[in-house]
Amino acid sequence: MSSEAEVAAVNQDIDLSQVDSIIEPYLGRKEMVIPILQKVQEHFGYLPRPAMEHVSRRMRIPLSRLYGVTTFYAQFKLKPRGRNIIRVCKGTACHIQGSPKISERIEEILDVESGDTTEDLRFTLEEVACIGCCALAPVIMINDDPHGRLTPDKVKDILESYE
Amino acid sequence: MSAIKLTIDGQEIEVAPGTTILEAARQLGIDIPTFCHDPELPPNGACRICVVEVEKARALVASCVAPVGPDMVVHTESERGVKARKNNLSLMLANHPLDCITCEKTGECKLQDYCYRYGVASTEFEGEVKNLPYDDTNEFFLRDMNKCILCGICVGKDQLVVGAGAIDFSKRGFTTNVSPGFEDPIEESSCVFCGMCIDNCPVGALIPKYVTGKGRPWQTESVPAVCPYCSLGCNINLHVKDNEVIGVSPVMESPVNRGHLCVQGKFGWDFVHSGDRVTAPMVKTNGVFVEVSWEEALDYIVDNIKEIQSRYGADALMGLSSPKISNEESYLFQKLVRSLGTNNVDSYSKHCHASAVDGMMDAFGNAATTNSINEVAATGAVLVIGSNPAESHPILDYRVREAARNGAELIIATPDTIGLVDVSTAYLPLKEGTEVALLNAMANVIISEGLHDQDFVDKRTEGFAELKKAVDQYSPAYAAGITGLGEEEIRSAARAYASAEKAVIVSDACAGEYIGGADFVRALANLAMLTGNVGKEATGVYVPYGENNLQGMTDMGVLPNIATGYQHLKEKAVRDKFSKAWGVEISETPGMTVAEAFAGGKNTSIKAMYIMGENPVTCGGGSPEVVDYLNNLEFLVVQDIFMTETAALADVVLPQAAFAEKLGTYTNTERRVQLSQPALEPPGEVFPDWAVLVELAEWLGFEWDYAGPEEIFEEIASLTPDYSGISYQRLAEEGLQWPCPDADHPGTKFLHEEEFSRGKGLLSAVAYKPEALPVKGGHAAVSTTGAYPVCQCLSESLSKRSVIKAFKQAALSGS
Repeated sequence: MSSEAEVAAVNQDIDLSQVDSIIEPYLGRKEMVIPILQKVQEHFGYLPRPAMEHVSRRMRIPLSRLYGVTTFYAQFKLKPRGRNIIRVCKGTACHIQGSPKISERIEEILDVESGDTTEDLRFTLEEVACIGCCALAPVIMINDDPHGRLTPDKVKDILESYE
Repeated sequence: MSAIKLTIDGQEIEVAPGTTILEAARQLGIDIPTFCHDPELPPNGACRICVVEVEKARALVASCVAPVGPDMVVHTESERGVKARKNNLSLMLANHPLDCITCEKTGECKLQDYCYRYGVASTEFEGEVKNLPYDDTNEFFLRDMNKCILCGICVGKDQLVVGAGAIDFSKRGFTTNVSPGFEDPIEESSCVFCGMCIDNCPVGALIPKYVTGKGRPWQTESVPAVCPYCSLGCNINLHVKDNEVIGVSPVMESPVNRGHLCVQGKFGWDFVHSGDRVTAPMVKTNGVFVEVSWEEALDYIVDNIKEIQSRYGADALMGLSSPKISNEESYLFQKLVRSLGTNNVDSYSKHCHASAVDGMMDAFGNAATTNSINEVAATGAVLVIGSNPAESHPILDYRVREAARNGAELIIATPDTIGLVDVSTAYLPLKEGTEVALLNAMANVIISEGLHDQDFVDKRTEGFAELKKAVDQYSPAYAAGITGLGEEEIRSAARAYASAEKAVIVSDACAGEYIGGADFVRALANLAMLTGNVGKEATGVYVPYGENNLQGMTDMGVLPNIATGYQHLKEKAVRDKFSKAWGVEISETPGMTVAEAFAGGKNTSIKAMYIMGENPVTCGGGSPEVVDYLNNLEFLVVQDIFMTETAALADVVLPQAAFAEKLGTYTNTERRVQLSQPALEPPGEVFPDWAVLVELAEWLGFEWDYAGPEEIFEEIASLTPDYSGISYQRLAEEGLQWPCPDADHPGTKFLHEEEFSRGKGLLSAVAYKPEALPVKGGHAAVSTTGAYPVCQCLSESLSKRSVIKAFKQAALSGS
């Protein structure tokens, strides 16, 4: 299944009554759009298109404007996210210690590009500016676990320990 | 506050505090470049091309947002400023396709013009460039976002002026783009194709499809015309090359549309070049139309008219004219019919507006919308009821939005959640057909809470006691039960309307057709008069007509018993005046209305009809009665630009010139008489209607001698007091609003200032009638405010030959 078809299939199951109860306290208050979107994302893990369209209709804010807001702020995700979030550190120390090769290896194993999610929704791969533990460079985080002093050949085993 | 004095490029100027440096410079005629600045949009200050050097200021300032200061010394083309501009242009070129040779915008591209002005031939910055796909999905225009310089004007026009909400900025940094939500194709967005993004795009990112490869701006002639669709009469420029219209742009300084348009004006003119045009006279022989010469056609018509006239008398003849043709042509049409000895002259399409006309006449003594279109923007409260102006009169919708932006209370009382609800302060989703109950309840609240303007009511109106008694039973609680609204909603809407210093009611002349007729309009007038909101600027009752020249057509006396300027022919003096001027005897016998004529069915006394530019068959909803009636006539002449359903029933079909092919005046719904210039030679054997009418009159034995529309207009002005100060010479400058009694009169912006046309305004007791909803054939009809774009039935015959057809079908199918 292609990634778009995957998204469409997931979107079909969106329960809009949940969106309604999130919106209810904010009706008529267009300036509260960001908190609304944050709560919708908290609920679904991302911002499904049907939920965005519902927010647009109920709040009477054009979809184009909501899309503008959600693509401006990095915190908003328009695609479903994986069960496990991989964050590859792109800080200077990690870069020098070979983080590009780590990224390459992850992309190769998971067949996914940075910013995207695997088709089985197992992993989302992201890049971050600095994790803040340069002594462990090159480092990645999977969910809340740091994995430091990596080499490309260690990657496969680490990934396999996540379901 | 006192004026601020400053110096710009060595010239001193005094301006009001708060004026920007850019505005001050423009007052001096100094041209500072701008990309993202638009006078009607909030200041942006994003593009930095307008930077200027201000002495003693540390950095260059963006003149479009920087206010003037006392004794400021500004240099608009200093070395430092120009260097910054060049750098800015160079950065833009770094990510802009340089295909100017084939780009449609060449010649009117601001980026190109400024690069030329500052000698920027290429970029000094090499780097990544955008590579976005074309959006070629819709009928109307191409979007090439690789050329977009992100000035944001299209977003402002779309979101603020029009309220379509189709596009906005998306993403950020290098990938920032202007796009519909989820980067959908524009076709699938909420775009209404008004084309204002195109008209205001400084570069070639948005290109109308019709223009592609047709000609450069400097090769085309720009001809000022009046839009032929709705009654607002927007001013447009037709771009013409080799006898072909290749584009339309709004007149930016127009007092009507102020540079705005809707889909109809921007894209709806291509019917002019349709291959389906009737291009020669045709006579039906053995059931088949055969093209004939004008001489043969006229000969045939004259023989038949004379024959019927001598056999049955002149009152067996009837003429139906069109609210689409010019004032001059409407005038000649009724003159011709009356010269034949009958007052049977009317129009089929105006009957949709009959109820609204009755209501306005009863209340004010003049059926016209009381105030001008642009006054809406300056009012303090707007009540929209029985209308969705976005669909019927889009420019009026823009003005309501502007009022809301300026802080006006906006109360929407419609069964459907119309687009204006987005910017409303109160939305009252009342049940269909219960408008009169709501309006009476609002009057009840206004009177019982003492919010009415007692002084105005006492001095200017009559009928207050009757109204007070009638609305007594319409307590908010009672009306809530009928309308399905909350009591408090009704109360606060009444308070919001009545407490504003100035308030406007926006409805639609079509509304009388489906919402309890004239009583609905009387109830609107009641509210306006109770609160003193009529006869003053930025107040009034707006019931705009559908067709472009419906106002002008009735002004010109295309009415059974009324001559030009509403001079009633029951008065002997009026009959004598016209008899003398025209050299014929005006009949004393009242004429028949179109409704009376058609009601006669098979026994009608009408034997011959001349229908000019109307299509009763579709206008009457395709009813078989109309077809039977027309078939039953002994002789039917139809003059039209297309072989319409009505023309197909005729004995003779005459071709008609389209608006772009003739000179003439049209009067919009704010009574503004406007001159429309000919842009094209008509095709084939087509002549302007005025020329055909003059020819026909001569064949009928009348001595008409007009060199052209201007002479016809002079005759109209000489016989019509409200028009007597209007002339082609004055109209060439700007349209004039009647009454305009003399050559020095500036025209009348709003009506009923000193007194109402009928003397005192009439407050009417009107009752909510649940049975007012039409129920026919066992089917309950539900009235709503929903009309699809281009609701006018005559426009139908135009737009179905246009690219708009596809758009309308999409709108109808709800996509």
